[in-house]
Amino acid sequence: MRITQGAFSFLPDLDDGQITRQVQYCIDKGWAVNIEFTDDPHPRNTYWEMWGMPMFDVPDAAGVMFELNACRKAHAGRNYIRVSAFDSTHTWESLRLSFITDRPADEPGFALDRQEVDGRSIRYTTRAYAADRPEGARY
Amino acid sequence: MEAVIDTPPTAPLAAPDGGEQAIDLRAEFTESGLARVLDELDTDLVGLVPVKQRLREIGALLLVDRARARFGLQAVSPTLHMSFTGNPGTGKTTVALRMAEILHRLGYVRKGHLVTVTRDDLVGQYIGHTAPKTKEVLKRAMGGVLFIDEAYYLYRPENERDYGQEAIEILLQVMENQRDDLVVILAGYADRMERFFTANPGFRSRVAHHIDFPDYTGGELEAIGARILDGMNYRLSPAAEEAFHRYVELRMAQPHFANGRSVRNALDRARLRQANRLFASERPVTAGDLTTIEAEDILASRVFSGGIDSYPPLPAR
Repeated sequence: MRITQGAFSFLPDLDDGQITRQVQYCIDKGWAVNIEFTDDPHPRNTYWEMWGMPMFDVPDAAGVMFELNACRKAHAGRNYIRVSAFDSTHTWESLRLSFITDRPADEPGFALDRQEVDGRSIRYTTRAYAADRPEGARY
Repeated sequence: MEAVIDTPPTAPLAAPDGGEQAIDLRAEFTESGLARVLDELDTDLVGLVPVKQRLREIGALLLVDRARARFGLQAVSPTLHMSFTGNPGTGKTTVALRMAEILHRLGYVRKGHLVTVTRDDLVGQYIGHTAPKTKEVLKRAMGGVLFIDEAYYLYRPENERDYGQEAIEILLQVMENQRDDLVVILAGYADRMERFFTANPGFRSRVAHHIDFPDYTGGELEAIGARILDGMNYRLSPAAEEAFHRYVELRMAQPHFANGRSVRNALDRARLRQANRLFASERPVTAGDLTTIEAEDILASRVFSGGIDSYPPLPAR
């Protein structure tokens, strides 16, 4: 099951040219671009591992692509990789754009767990199949 | 200018579909804004004829390449990594800054910013520190020009465990693989750069343009001085002009002469003496007083008493 988090996730995967243009847009807006990765696809897993520092001082998307390729070399196929852009403007001070650039070859999806509580009440929760295996061995 | 405009397309440009079209290179030249940059270069920088000539040639090549691309002809993006060699104060950094602008106007680099680094910014202090540091700098320079001042310091043959070699390897790799993303300019004194290139043959072959910056002549140095003063709203009195002429002549023959930089330093010190003189005169000053440097401000220099300006005497080497 293809996970859909962040922008563009219902579209086909962006190619490098498209990623470059998105990143350049972020840089031109003055946002700091970050590269993050994780192997826990749960939607509530907000804080992914960062690949290096946020790139505050890179004026051209080529620098970000350089890092993205380095991150792919280390993590592609076994992790999700996303690019996010942080706007430090006062009152924003949060992410303005985030999109997944790389995903594992095989995404097993989520299980729906039902828990019976208080008689006939049921609580629902989702659990990623991938998370059954230990971290680092999921994909 | 002529060098660029007079390069006519040697063969009639034929479109791949057989139709004959022509691109007006002169119009391209004006339109790209390159004409203005080169004109500014001519007016702003004194002397440096071979350098200007080379910049024109590079500009022409890039324009022609662009025209070729328009006709669908093979236009291999040229290697533009350069090495600037020359004595201190010959304007290497200034030209590098212009270079970034020229390449930007031609659309060869996307952003046209200049990142100036020295060995300190590239080489780390312990194992594993160098690669991230160098990559950080390269990342910052992408889309622009990376200017490595005193590049020969990167390679220290006397210490085989020096981390400079690691920085060189990363640089070479990026210079080769990401030619479209950044242009690297190496600068340094001619003899040491020669040794650097001999020890790192990979660099020599990846640097396409070796540009040598000649020393300035006396007349050129005086013109530079006049320009510096003009920029700061100062002027030389006629007597001071004569004194400055003599100063330059004497200074050129003395050791530690750093061309344009020496002139700038000399003028800075003359301003200092002028300020001191005005202060000591204890009378109201006019605008004319404040802008005029007198002969005595220049003649007080140690250069005239046989000493070396601004440097403590060194033991003979």
